[in-house]
Amino acid sequence: MFKEKKDPGQIFINEVNGEEPAEEKRKSSFWSKALIPLLAILTGLIIGALLIAVTNQTVWAAFGESFGTGISQAVKEIFTAYGALITGSLGDPSRIVQALGSGDATAIRRAFNPILESLVQATPYIFAGLAVAVGFRSGLFNIGVEGQLFIGAAAATYVGYSITGLPAYIHMPLAFLAGAAGGAFWAFIPGFLKAKTGGHEVINTIMMNWIAFRFTEWLLSGPMTRPGSGGLPLSPIIQDPAKIPQFFPSPIRFHAGFFIALIAAWLVWWLLFKTTWGLNLRTVGTNPRAARYAGLNTSKSIMIGMTLSGALAGMAGAVQILAVNHSMALGLSSGYGFDSIALALIGNNHPAGVILSSLLFGTLRNGATRMMVVSAIPIDIVDVIQAIILMFVAAPAIIRTIYRLRKPKHEEQQVFLSGWGGQS
Amino acid sequence: MTTSTNTIEHKVIHDVSPTRKLAIGISEVLIALLIFVVFALNVSGELTTRFVMTPGGINQGTMPDIVMPSQLTLFSLAGIVLAIGIFQLVKGFGKQTNLMVGIAGLFLMLAFLVWQAAGTSVNLAGMLSSAVLLAVPITLGAFSGILAERCGIVNISIEGMMLMASMTATIAGSLSKNIWVGLLGGIASSVLLALILGVLSIKFKVNQTISGTVINIFSAGMTGFISQKFLQMIPHLNQPTMFPRVPLPLLADIPLIGPILFNQNIFVYLMFIILIVLQVALFQTRWGLRFRSVGEHPKAADTLGIDVIKTRYIGVILSGVVAGIGGAFFTLGSVGRFDEGMTAGKGFIGLAAMIFGNWMPLGSLGAGLLFGFADSIGSKLSLLRSVIPPQFMAMAPYLITMIVLAGFIGKGQAPAAEGEPYEKE
Repeated sequence: MFKEKKDPGQIFINEVNGEEPAEEKRKSSFWSKALIPLLAILTGLIIGALLIAVTNQTVWAAFGESFGTGISQAVKEIFTAYGALITGSLGDPSRIVQALGSGDATAIRRAFNPILESLVQATPYIFAGLAVAVGFRSGLFNIGVEGQLFIGAAAATYVGYSITGLPAYIHMPLAFLAGAAGGAFWAFIPGFLKAKTGGHEVINTIMMNWIAFRFTEWLLSGPMTRPGSGGLPLSPIIQDPAKIPQFFPSPIRFHAGFFIALIAAWLVWWLLFKTTWGLNLRTVGTNPRAARYAGLNTSKSIMIGMTLSGALAGMAGAVQILAVNHSMALGLSSGYGFDSIALALIGNNHPAGVILSSLLFGTLRNGATRMMVVSAIPIDIVDVIQAIILMFVAAPAIIRTIYRLRKPKHEEQQVFLSGWGGQS
Repeated sequence: MTTSTNTIEHKVIHDVSPTRKLAIGISEVLIALLIFVVFALNVSGELTTRFVMTPGGINQGTMPDIVMPSQLTLFSLAGIVLAIGIFQLVKGFGKQTNLMVGIAGLFLMLAFLVWQAAGTSVNLAGMLSSAVLLAVPITLGAFSGILAERCGIVNISIEGMMLMASMTATIAGSLSKNIWVGLLGGIASSVLLALILGVLSIKFKVNQTISGTVINIFSAGMTGFISQKFLQMIPHLNQPTMFPRVPLPLLADIPLIGPILFNQNIFVYLMFIILIVLQVALFQTRWGLRFRSVGEHPKAADTLGIDVIKTRYIGVILSGVVAGIGGAFFTLGSVGRFDEGMTAGKGFIGLAAMIFGNWMPLGSLGAGLLFGFADSIGSKLSLLRSVIPPQFMAMAPYLITMIVLAGFIGKGQAPAAEGEPYEKE
């Protein structure tokens, strides 16, 4: 689906930048592109394992006895923890076999629930990762996905509960698009500021995050509060027609939003790589000065890029509300906004890459919940692993040094970001 | 003798571009109108506002309360801001533009207080005293930013460094039962992160915004992890003693200024010491000149025999030291224990203060104090029974940051070479 045969956009960008068309690079296989991210993920998981062992008191006690027992205890703890991570996110193989053998439909569904739940977790990641990727492709660092997600979720919730009597085929898309619009609006503000005043989007989007948290807190405890919630920041439950359908009976939460996310990824790919419009966006993203010489409207492009990015972030919030939570509380996001930065960079800011990395992180997050129950390891370990992976992806030289890889002939620069002065 | 004629171009250098001058002038006039219409006209003429001029619980440097007629005060505040705005529009303040904007902002906040407390009293000295304390992390964040940026490194990981330092400080302080060990532990952890930032940005030439983000995510994750795994299970790891208030002899007895500036804890004094050291070291010494040249034109600096790479590492490490002190403030100087995410964006606000202060130490302190004052009004607002929801007041520092960024970042103010990795040829 995502195979690029010939990308006129990339060729144009190369010409503008005075680079030779990277014919060679296009021939390079999927694996050579994926090698660095894969090794980065592997190394991140290894360091995570070390962290698990180092912070475990029984391991310390075992090292007190002798070095050998210490090592074996550490290995045991790591296997227990990562074992729980895998069974919690992909399912327990023996249980799956048993369920398939018994032929009981409910048992089969239960056995496959962990992997379906991983897809549920991956869904908002796909939207959020796409949001950051679109930003990077247009030369913008959108750290504000978290805030845009909150505003999008609030908008979707409001449309979801306040309107009654609409049929599902109108109400559900309406609520979803309201979420996209909310996120787009929230991102437009820093985009506008960047384009018109040069105010750097990194600080502005972070400030917008905090404003979004306070604003939704006020919304949920004031105008949008659930009657009878006793002042708790909690919204009313959305109407049934606004809900995105789940495929199986509770507790399996797998829903149609996952497929909406895939469609969104395809749309983003088409927009970015198959339309003139996307070409302009990417040209401004890679080389704003050249783009200006080529007669492109850079400030318009910045605003469009940021707004599109925010719309995708808003969809991430909307899909969580409409398909999973059905009402809004403050603990809506477990840090999707910050995770999505790593997702986009690991996926090389390409929609297909974002889907793959989202699946990975959805699985990790889902499994980490189980790991917390079994081994008492806080979920925050995923953030630590994520930061390490992000570091390795951003500095491939480290990975090459560790694994003794050769340096490629020319390296593709991933992101082009400007300093405080705004436009160069 | 040279025969070639060197034409020297005489460019008019604007401290403030004409459009910015206009925009700032208009905003100042709008602030004046806001004070006049929303505040002054909504107060009846006979009400007075009583300002208590001694912070609660302090008996040195006391001063009698000041009672002011509310409406008259508001009229004069609006008048002064209007005069500033008109002068800005007609003539312009040049280099003093940001200072004047700061004064207009200060008057706006004062006017808000006078309006809120019309008919009652408000402890202005207490508010200013807590503003100075709340300004500490923001100002230190700005100083940390100056140290990195003046030698060409964009440091957006000050937030992460502070968060890590605040946690390490509480653990080191609690374990050793020594508050100074706590402070040093905080600094050490922050320096470690600064080194990672340095290696990523200088050696591996990673985009500096990305390497900063790596550190921010890492800090948030690591502090969350350790806090849940250890601090919540073993409470005595999170019970450091706090730095006490130390009244400075004689100085603390000065009315008003004494209680606000000289009867604080060590972090406030450290902030002033760092201010002086920075100002002198950066702008009065040969070292400072070299340091800044690396941030402005690394190639020229290199040609003159300055080690660009080494200078940048020094800058990043010093930036880490200052951010570490700022981080330790949260646990050892303000709250007395570590809470997850307790820095709450202060590192980023510090960067905005740095920009508002034109990358100058004194200006950054001024901006930091302004942010601190806004913060302290926000936190004391519930005492005034305000009609404004507390969540909206809590947005104020973030909104001000955005306005500052939109209005006050001019071209040619930031160090010219910041954000660019240096490649020796």
